[in-house]
Amino acid sequence: MTDQLSSLVTIFTEFYYWLTVVIMFLIHVGFCMYEVGASRHKNHMHTLMKNTMLIPLVTITFFFFGWWIYFALPNGPWITGGLVEAPHAVAWSEVMGAHMGGAADAENGWARINGVFWAAFLLFSWTAASIVSGSVIERIRSGAFWILAVSIGSVFWIIDAAWGWHAEGWMVRLLGYHDAYASGVIHAIAGGFALGILVVLGPRIGKFAADGTPRNIHPRNPWLVAIGLFLIYTGFWGFYVACNIPMWDVQAGDGVFYSATNIYLGPTTLSAITFNFLMSLSGGLLAGYWISKGDPFWTYSSGLAGIIAASAGNDLYHPIQAMIIAIVGVVFMYKLHHWVERRYRVDDAVGAVAVHGYAGVFGVVIAGFVLWGYPSSPDASFATVNPIGQIVGAIIMFGVLGFLPGWIIALILRGCGVLRIPEAVEIAGLDAAVRAEVEADEQAIVEAEKESAARLG
Amino acid sequence: MSTGNFENWAGNIADIGPIYPFVGAEWLFVLIGVVYWIVWHVRQMSSENQALADQEQRLRSGDLSKTLGD
Repeated sequence: MTDQLSSLVTIFTEFYYWLTVVIMFLIHVGFCMYEVGASRHKNHMHTLMKNTMLIPLVTITFFFFGWWIYFALPNGPWITGGLVEAPHAVAWSEVMGAHMGGAADAENGWARINGVFWAAFLLFSWTAASIVSGSVIERIRSGAFWILAVSIGSVFWIIDAAWGWHAEGWMVRLLGYHDAYASGVIHAIAGGFALGILVVLGPRIGKFAADGTPRNIHPRNPWLVAIGLFLIYTGFWGFYVACNIPMWDVQAGDGVFYSATNIYLGPTTLSAITFNFLMSLSGGLLAGYWISKGDPFWTYSSGLAGIIAASAGNDLYHPIQAMIIAIVGVVFMYKLHHWVERRYRVDDAVGAVAVHGYAGVFGVVIAGFVLWGYPSSPDASFATVNPIGQIVGAIIMFGVLGFLPGWIIALILRGCGVLRIPEAVEIAGLDAAVRAEVEADEQAIVEAEKESAARLG
Repeated sequence: MSTGNFENWAGNIADIGPIYPFVGAEWLFVLIGVVYWIVWHVRQMSSENQALADQEQRLRSGDLSKTLGD
């Protein structure tokens, strides 16, 4: 920070990530509105608080250990090496706080950007937990959900990021794994984790007829759902931009060429991802409207699923490729959702497993074919992008780090009797006690007003 | 006297390093934070279990059918 140019680069980078964090906050606002809109009136307050409180819990745990996991585990450990030293990311590091630089050499570069970079990853953590939140509404206990939220938000997704969304990750090195905007590392894992919980948690009362036919429990406030999804779209812009490194010398060998890069330090541009974000959103919306026969809930969700389906390769795709991938991805996730729902009686209240999980898996796999042979990293010794690596990657994301931990933790919570609310409470609604208090308060006010009115004649 | 590492902004700013108070006690901050986090979960779950059990008992002893609907 002793000359203007290097200071400008540092402060621009600091500001760049800070701005993405603010924009990404809208994702969470959107998820809250979406979930409340999708829930029944008798569960609104509980649904809101369940999602809201994941913010502080995931935040503090991501500070305590989540950030360290990302930098310590890119080798597995013990797949391509041991644990990696990450002195800047341990909770007790001096650069995990206000710092002017000048600390130990290894931590020097982190003094200015540690907080904003941490926060950008943290907002992804909230997103992962929030994806799960929607699918389990109206029957899970808050305490159980918050343990699950910390698990996906501060442990499992960040392990997968260390493995497959890191310039030195073992999956990138050995499998050629490419997932630039997190089809797998956020969406597939969160969808898989949600499915693992849902299998144990079971459906809401009345969701399925005796013969297994699913019944629709329609959103009680479609306008809130629509605004919520629009806000998620908006926040998703910040998510895309946060996935990039804004300025990096990408020229191999002699010479210098500064560009934006993806997380693997491979070159891309903000223009590329802007083209592809909008084209995949559009492809998703068009396909969703068509396949759901104009159902607003599925049309909006399909816009999101379209982006997710194309995200793994949206740093490199042509915009029309992104659109076509989004269309096919949406048809795939919509059909699979309804098949799984009927076949296995899985009650995914907001379609999160489909929109994030199935579309995310599709996005990872299709990138292996469309980007076959592309470099996964500027390091030429890394494997190139290939279908097998992407398929294995999708299995790791959705199954190994998603479904399996969600299923095991949910089984433990169920075994302890703290996973699901009592049946009588589910029938009456989680807000029944609060509503009774409100009614009693209202009644007291009405009585007081009646007394006043009687006095006035 | 200062709770920070410095008492003025004179000299080389980079040499100051961390500018929060009580530098050197970070391990204690972390310990307090982790304990608070765990206690929070334990107390929340205990209180939620109690509230749900009470509510279930009330509902079962009353007319649950009156609560039907959305």
